[in-house]
Amino acid sequence: MSSDNEVRYLSSHEWGRIDEEGILTVGISDHAQDLLGDIVFVELPEVGDMLEAEGESAIVESVKAASDVYSPLTGEVIEINEKLLDEPEIINSSPLEDGWFFKIKIDDDLQFTDLLTAEEYNDTCED
Amino acid sequence: MVDFHGWDMPINYGSQIEEHHAVRQGCGIFDVSHMTILDFEGSESELFIRKLIANDVRKLQENYSGLYSAMLNDKGFVIDDLIAYRMDKGFRLVVNCATRGEDLKWISARAKEYEVNMLERDDLSMVAIQGPQSPNVLKNFPAPIDFLKEKKRQQGIFQDDVFAAKTGYTGELGFEVILPNEKAIDLWNIAISEGAKPIGLAARDTLRLEAGMNLYGFEMDETISPFECNMGWTVCWQDEQRDFFGKESLIKQKESNDLKELVGIITDEKVILRQGQKIHLEKENHARGVVTSGTYSPSLKMPIALARLPKSDSTSCFAEIRGKRVKAIIGSPKFIKEGKVIFKEKV
Repeated sequence: MSSDNEVRYLSSHEWGRIDEEGILTVGISDHAQDLLGDIVFVELPEVGDMLEAEGESAIVESVKAASDVYSPLTGEVIEINEKLLDEPEIINSSPLEDGWFFKIKIDDDLQFTDLLTAEEYNDTCED
Repeated sequence: MVDFHGWDMPINYGSQIEEHHAVRQGCGIFDVSHMTILDFEGSESELFIRKLIANDVRKLQENYSGLYSAMLNDKGFVIDDLIAYRMDKGFRLVVNCATRGEDLKWISARAKEYEVNMLERDDLSMVAIQGPQSPNVLKNFPAPIDFLKEKKRQQGIFQDDVFAAKTGYTGELGFEVILPNEKAIDLWNIAISEGAKPIGLAARDTLRLEAGMNLYGFEMDETISPFECNMGWTVCWQDEQRDFFGKESLIKQKESNDLKELVGIITDEKVILRQGQKIHLEKENHARGVVTSGTYSPSLKMPIALARLPKSDSTSCFAEIRGKRVKAIIGSPKFIKEGKVIFKEKV
């Protein structure tokens, strides 16, 4: 079983933090925001959208590059971080806290343990 | 750091947007030692340079003054863009790093028929100091670079092995300084201690794009006419007797009707215009234009681009971005100069 508020990752640089009610908050890693550089736009899913694990869920555009953001798990979007639409630079300054993208209600929290731990994720970044 | 044609260069030192604003509002310093510096001496150096490039160095009355020019191939397409300076004993060309190999090959092959020696100056470094505060940042440097601020653009000085000209790649007041490697470090340290911020390649690109300045490989290459990359004004026709490489082809190009033009485009959509995106003119289904360089403009806080389009009456167009068509306004291929918006929408 997963412990509460644990953060896990996809190798494509998204993180998900799960709470006791099975709500997954999703964002991109510090490593990802560093690679992208100054982020200037973000396109978020809509509340009610059904997202699939490792399916496209959002787009970030930095001055350097556009990048798809994948949902770590399958679930329905219940909240989006609208602040990012006007102040996308929050993703650079606080990728793991204020810079979260959206929250999904996941139907099966056993999926969560299939994601990479912080340690496993950091190993993938070193290549 | 990235490998930029064999040079280790920083993309950004911190936030590239903050670096951009530092140049527009204060002063930034760039290590541009990757640029290739070529000195030409010999009794026929003027004759040779007048043949080699499309602008005419005879316009340069004073020593250390310079002009912007294209170097064309026989088809009248752009091998490189460069600045040519008149020096005490000949001329100095500052050409691009990415094109160094091709340039050297082209120039050496043609120099053989002239009394001219070409010397590549890899003993020299090049530093750009750009922004409204740049004269102040340099006032304590031994060579009087700051004195150039009262001079016209492209004027220069040469003192104690330090060559400096009032020019740059940002659209701001500023200087490019060419000096011995060991002195470059002193210049860098003095400028930093006086408040200049180091600027990486990423901000260099957003600054030059806002200023509407070309980047080789993007706005121009050896398949592009100077008339299609906003460089027609640099071709000098004054002296009808003068021949230069590409001249005959240029005369033919001028008569043809299918030359495209380089324009500026902006959009208020939340996208980023990027190189290679196709452009549709209004009422047309097939794309006939292309984004040559695009970015997010930190000054305008919106996407901007340079694009090559067929000549038309259209005042707007559509960029194809990830399968969607995004409307953009067509205007001048210049957006910002000396901190002010100069973009003019086409009417």
